[in-house]
Amino acid sequence: MSALVLAEHDGGKLNPATLATVTAAAAVGGPVHILVAGGDDASAAADEAAKVAGVEKVLLASDAAYARQLAENVAPLVAGLMDGYEAFFAPATTTGKNIAPRVAAMLDVMQLSDIIGVEGPKTFTRPIYAGNAIATVESSDAKLVITVRATAFDKAAAEGGSASVEAVSGPGDAGLSTFVGLDATESERPELTSAGIIVSGGRALKDSATFEATITPLADKLGAAIGASRAAVDAGYVPNDYQVGQTGKIVAPELYIAIGISGAIQHLAGMKDSKVIVAINKDPDAPIFQVADLGLVADLFDAVPELTGKL
Amino acid sequence: MKILVPVKRVIDYNLKPRVRSDGTGVDLSNIKMSMNPFDEIAVEEAIRLAEAGKADEVVVVSIGPAKAQETLRTGMAMGADRAILVETDDEVEPLAVAKILKAVVAEENPGMVIMGKQAIDDDSNQTGQMLAALLGWAQGTFASKVELDSDAVTVTREVDGGLETVKLGLPAIVTTDLRLNEPRFAKLPNIMKAKKKPLDVKSPSDYRVDITPRLKTLKVVEPPVREAGEIVPDVDTLVAKLKAMGAV
Ligand SMILES: Cc1cc2nc3c(=O)[nH]c(=O)nc-3n(C[C@H](O)[C@H](O)[C@H](O)COP(=O)(O)OP(=O)(O)OC[C@H]3O[C@@H](n4cnc5c(N)ncnc54)[C@H](O)[C@@H]3O)c2cc1C
Ligand SMILES: Nc1ncnc2c1ncn2[C@@H]1O[C@H](COP(=O)(O)O)[C@@H](O)[C@H]1O
Repeated sequence: MSALVLAEHDGGKLNPATLATVTAAAAVGGPVHILVAGGDDASAAADEAAKVAGVEKVLLASDAAYARQLAENVAPLVAGLMDGYEAFFAPATTTGKNIAPRVAAMLDVMQLSDIIGVEGPKTFTRPIYAGNAIATVESSDAKLVITVRATAFDKAAAEGGSASVEAVSGPGDAGLSTFVGLDATESERPELTSAGIIVSGGRALKDSATFEATITPLADKLGAAIGASRAAVDAGYVPNDYQVGQTGKIVAPELYIAIGISGAIQHLAGMKDSKVIVAINKDPDAPIFQVADLGLVADLFDAVPELTGKL
Repeated sequence: MKILVPVKRVIDYNLKPRVRSDGTGVDLSNIKMSMNPFDEIAVEEAIRLAEAGKADEVVVVSIGPAKAQETLRTGMAMGADRAILVETDDEVEPLAVAKILKAVVAEENPGMVIMGKQAIDDDSNQTGQMLAALLGWAQGTFASKVELDSDAVTVTREVDGGLETVKLGLPAIVTTDLRLNEPRFAKLPNIMKAKKKPLDVKSPSDYRVDITPRLKTLKVVEPPVREAGEIVPDVDTLVAKLKAMGAV
């Protein structure tokens, strides 16, 4: 089954979620092609995509209309290319989630969202109810449209492939939407979804200054990314893209340290596949302890500075 | 302008669903059902636009069983003017929901559809994008801010790298994220008033939409349970254990 994978990139660099998506697409069996849609600078990402192991061909669509990944412009491009493919895969990032369902509707296909396993050519597993249940679903559509939970698949090797790059074009600007601006969260830290260690803070951190003063030194010490619960984000301690959970980012680092987070099901949905979970909470009955490998019942304002000092 | 708000009746977000032991699905009998939280945010946003004089009518619509009338009444108690129930006991997938909504849009001619980004039962995060595609409209998904002008809507979107702002021509679809607003609680007098607001009941066949599922659920199981580990007495033990595990 031939598959087209939508690359997530920022012009120059391929997002690692793309590599996990390639693995999922390859598991269905059959050649895998990558589509890099972007502006003038997208050829650098296409060259990177061509090196990904197991990729047969890279399609490069450079057009100012695709530079900002506007779904209204990119979806018709993808739908137009799908004559040649039986399956379309996108990473379940905010970009993939925005574009893929629009493609699915254009093809009259029911999308499979956020798959975590490939069971057969048309059969997949996916979490429902905030990950409290795992469904095995089989598609009866002629083509597949799928978004992939990156943490559930190994990344394809970034080097080793030698795909050809072919220029393609699509309808361009649909004239429906325009990009106004991006208020990017600046950070020197590892990116949340690909970090090896994450230190996350919750409502207990009081305010943004306290969050910073308490969580940041520990994260610095560990070279960790910083995450947060919804409560911490809603209260403005940290930007929205720090939110881990059912409706935020799904993470699965080697080590996840939850500090002052109660462990609501929506939060657990985003982090319970982490390798080692540590929880620090003053409430011994907090649900987070039910998933933690190591739990410390303590006031975080004593325990966290002490932990930072002793690591 | 008229604003259409699709709302779904789902398991209450505070509850942990039970997977049926025969693997056929999730047991929803005797479980509290509520409006999908993202849809409450959508209703709130539409009502605020009406209160600001930027919209003149808010219509809530649900596709689901007769009991979804309660969900629609909740929307009207919050402030929506009227409701449409497209009644069916079948499970309706996002693609079919989008097709029904497209037909409702053709009848109602709203200037905007505001809906949730995700239903917390199927976690699909598809319907809004699909409806936008079927209508050929612009889509502002995962909105944390919506500014409506006469000919365009400017939407701030919660994206992985921060906040993105896009400008959409009208009519358009907006899907809500958590930070867009805090939905109001319906007050008792408004709950009483909502009982008298108009609620039309239709069926999928009224709209000539085929709702035959495209996906077949072969089984539903509980995720592997994570064993609770141990409670350590102090920070020194925590550090020692982490080192022993090779985690730091
Ligand atoms: C539709 C929907 C989607 C949602 N999506 C998400 C999501 O994606 N991610 C998410 O995280 N949430 C999500 N939520 C919210 C979720 O239900 C919880 O409200 C939220 O996770 C709670 O955050 P918290 O644990 O920081 O706060 P709380 O539940 O208030 O917990 C704070 C914890 O800190 C502890 N504490 C307080 N002081 C101290 C101290 N000094 N030392 C140590 N411990 C202390 C308390 O014992 C408590 O356990 C969603 C909710 C809805 C309705
Ligand atoms: N059966 C339904 N009735 C009304 N609205 C729905 C229905 N299903 C989905 N929606 C809308 O589509 C949004 C996204 O749902 P989903 O794509 O299933 O995650 C929801 O938040 C609702 O606004």
